[in-house]
Amino acid sequence: MPALTDLGIREIRDGVRAGTFSAREVAEAFNAAVAAAKPLNAFLVETPDHALAAADAADAARAAGETLKPLAGVPIGMKDLFCTKGVTSTAASHILEGFTPPYESTVSQKLWDAGAGMLGKLNMDQFAMGSSNETSAFGNVISPWRRSDGGNAALAPGGSSGGSSAAVAARIAPGATGTDTGGSIRQPAAFTGIAGIKPTYGRCSRWGVIAFASSLDQAGPMARDVRDCAIMLEAMAGFDAKDATSLDLPVPQWESMLDAGLKGKRVGVPKEYRVDGMPAEIEALWQQGIAWMKDAGAEVIEVSLPHTKYALPAYYIIAPAEASSNLARYDGVRYGLRDLPDGANLQQMYAATRAEGFGEEVKRRILIGTYVLSAGFYDAYYTQAQKVRTLIARDFEAAWEKCDVLLTPTAPSAAFALGEKQADPLAMYLNDVFTVPASLAGLPAMSVPGGLSAEGLPLGLQIIGKPLDEQGVLDAALAIEERAGFAARPQAWW
Amino acid sequence: MSVDTATVKKVASLARIAIDDAAAERLVPELNNILGWIEQLGEVDTQGVEPMTAVIPNTLRLRDDVVTDGGIRDAVLANAPAAEHGFFTVPKVIE
Repeated sequence: MPALTDLGIREIRDGVRAGTFSAREVAEAFNAAVAAAKPLNAFLVETPDHALAAADAADAARAAGETLKPLAGVPIGMKDLFCTKGVTSTAASHILEGFTPPYESTVSQKLWDAGAGMLGKLNMDQFAMGSSNETSAFGNVISPWRRSDGGNAALAPGGSSGGSSAAVAARIAPGATGTDTGGSIRQPAAFTGIAGIKPTYGRCSRWGVIAFASSLDQAGPMARDVRDCAIMLEAMAGFDAKDATSLDLPVPQWESMLDAGLKGKRVGVPKEYRVDGMPAEIEALWQQGIAWMKDAGAEVIEVSLPHTKYALPAYYIIAPAEASSNLARYDGVRYGLRDLPDGANLQQMYAATRAEGFGEEVKRRILIGTYVLSAGFYDAYYTQAQKVRTLIARDFEAAWEKCDVLLTPTAPSAAFALGEKQADPLAMYLNDVFTVPASLAGLPAMSVPGGLSAEGLPLGLQIIGKPLDEQGVLDAALAIEERAGFAARPQAWW
Repeated sequence: MSVDTATVKKVASLARIAIDDAAAERLVPELNNILGWIEQLGEVDTQGVEPMTAVIPNTLRLRDDVVTDGGIRDAVLANAPAAEHGFFTVPKVIE
């Protein structure tokens, strides 16, 4: 039998149900793997007791002959953007260091209600702002992957859910939560050779998730394969009266409905995603993906999304604008850091606290957001961006008249080295070129591993679906997964 | 539109973030680089296009006007950097 930490969510669930191993054995194995993987810096807080308590509950339920919960015996990692009762939650920011929520986020509560246990809180880009994990106040996560050139360059695990992607890829968690504002689930999944899905905006409650850009933020699962994502998403999704943007709809049985046969399906390939300077290996992977879609029985057609090139600039107005508003709550009064210089008044306390507590990228985005929302610029920037957002959404609506899902690369390159893009914020933003349009339109989208780069690093393919059609996204991703046969994994060096 | 040090300082003050002269100087080219890039949106014809207000059509729900919690003062104050007598404390605002 393989090591317990080599098992994914479904294998653990089924093994615990069948009594092949106990939930406690699983939790102990992963707790030990987490403790041994400190060089990755994936976890900010370890919670082995939480994982063990959930495991013991699962084992006791089984011993008593009860029907086991959907995730009974499955320990997971929790992105530190989710507030967890009694466990510090910081969004990887100094300004929230030591903050212990007296409440539980809806998504994390749903996972515990489904029987999952928590291995710990996962490192991330500060307030989910970043694409490489270099904006965490607690040091960047290092990808478990290494280039095949023999060098030991520390690589970015992607961002912002980089702790989640690194933990799943390194086999120290079978699954993890992520959040996606402009690609923060999909891009790190692509960089580390795992699967991750951002569901339709409103599927997962944002209550208790530390806010970045409220009209974009959406939680989703990150796991080793498509089926595990379907299982985990079922547990995370669902209506929540506490979130006014939550969709009051039943949660489909995505896992049992999975079907990789795409006969009769139409897969659209957006011609505008063929961007200048795209590496040949990304183009080759995309062509391979098209061939896999055809092999699965789908008809592949070219479609046009004419406003694609404006998605990224619109995003970098809308997201900072919402961030500047959301992050106004960090003022040193009710929670988090307070910096009170001698003789300071209230305004000076706010300004000192925020200067001390926020990282450089967070400050940069708050300033951009404040600028684009300020009197005289609001219409030229913010209103114009929201109008462009309408046009981007209309592009997708027009595409859905011709096809059922879209196939694109997830990211314009394989993982880059830490430090490589840090000096140029704009170069870093361009990493999200393929993921941001679907975010602006609120659509479900998934990254699935497609192959390896010449340097031996994972490359992902992205499937974008119609609103609420997570099933179509999962099915197409499964068709790729079955054909890609992606079995590469990082060699343990940590 | 390009920003200068005075504008950066004004925006920082609106955002309640203290910055010194050196930081303001450093931010000028960074912000101009980003603002110059997002200005390409100006070339999109948006005549007659409504700005997006909701990304997925959803009805605005109203919650029943009932108290769902309360009596949790200790929980509310638990993370306060400074609290006294059951209140948040801040520097004196009125002389």
